[in-house]
Amino acid sequence: MLKCPECDAEIKVPPDSIEGEIVTCPDCGASYELVKSADGLGIKPAQVVGEDWGQ
Amino acid sequence: MRQEEEQAHQSSLSSSSSSKPSGKSLFILYDSIRWEEKALYEAAIKKGVKVENVNCKNLAINLNDKNSKYRGQVVLQRSVSYFKNVHSTAALQGLGAQVINPLHAAIMCGNKMYAHMELEKAGIRTPKAVAAFSEESAIAVLDKIGYPAVIKPTVGSWGRLIALLRDKDAARAVIEDREHMFPLYQVYYFEEFVKRPPRDIRAIVVGNRVVAAIYRYSGEGEWKTNMALGGHAEACPVTKELEDVCLKAKNAMNGHIVGVDLMESDSQGLVVHEVNNTTEFKNTVRVTGIDIPGLMIDYALGEGK
Repeated sequence: MLKCPECDAEIKVPPDSIEGEIVTCPDCGASYELVKSADGLGIKPAQVVGEDWGQ
Repeated sequence: MRQEEEQAHQSSLSSSSSSKPSGKSLFILYDSIRWEEKALYEAAIKKGVKVENVNCKNLAINLNDKNSKYRGQVVLQRSVSYFKNVHSTAALQGLGAQVINPLHAAIMCGNKMYAHMELEKAGIRTPKAVAAFSEESAIAVLDKIGYPAVIKPTVGSWGRLIALLRDKDAARAVIEDREHMFPLYQVYYFEEFVKRPPRDIRAIVVGNRVVAAIYRYSGEGEWKTNMALGGHAEACPVTKELEDVCLKAKNAMNGHIVGVDLMESDSQGLVVHEVNNTTEFKNTVRVTGIDIPGLMIDYALGEGK
């Protein structure tokens, strides 16, 4: 279980999550990227859109 | 396509994606793992493929490395940033990787003006367009072609910064704003406003097949059909006409796996307005049930050298 740095809510990380995946805080909606940490997976603020992003 | 043919078509697609484990390997290059990238990763694992996710933001490449670990390897390019996508593709392809999609497709698909010219050259119907390179010439060319017109940034997606210009006042306001933005936005690209039903088509092409297609309907109070703007999707039958147009569009871009966006023009029939080289397909899988990630992995490994 991880804590949202913005609002302190709990962010559940599903067991099949992978590094680089985006998770969203269920309370405040902030987005985070999963990164490897000493305890498994941690989070850092995610870039959710860039000026040249597209598909 | 008749209903029975459509079912047979879909059944053959589903079965072709459950091939035996190949023992091959590939890289998935990403800058954000969305539903699509995770589905590709899981499809590769399920097929027994050795797969490595590579974050484009962490890449540091020796451009002179004759023994690069990417040489001869398959790289599924999934970076959503146009500039990172084009440059990392150039680097990896230059080092001998089989990048899907290749550099030509990345450059052409990611820029609406380049794509327009490629489609025109290939004789594929696409919305009529004009380009101008200053505020004055932009207003002058709009006076000539008339309103309404659609202004689009040459690079970008998800409907961002696309505006419907109904008259000269609207055009002046939008163009004046753009004069204060990054120079790319002073390349003015205008398309005709195509009269059509309130939907467009997204067709997914994998190799030489259109594997699935959906209608994308505009959200309430919205003229754009992007799913990111609240539209909804329904399955679209893959007709011979649709398949022919999509394959021509894919080939015009030198692409391998692309998402082709089309409109059903009242006067011209199917017109291609975009070809996406890192196409999203979550909604297409949800609506059609086709195993697109599995088909993409099968195709990518068949392409590897």
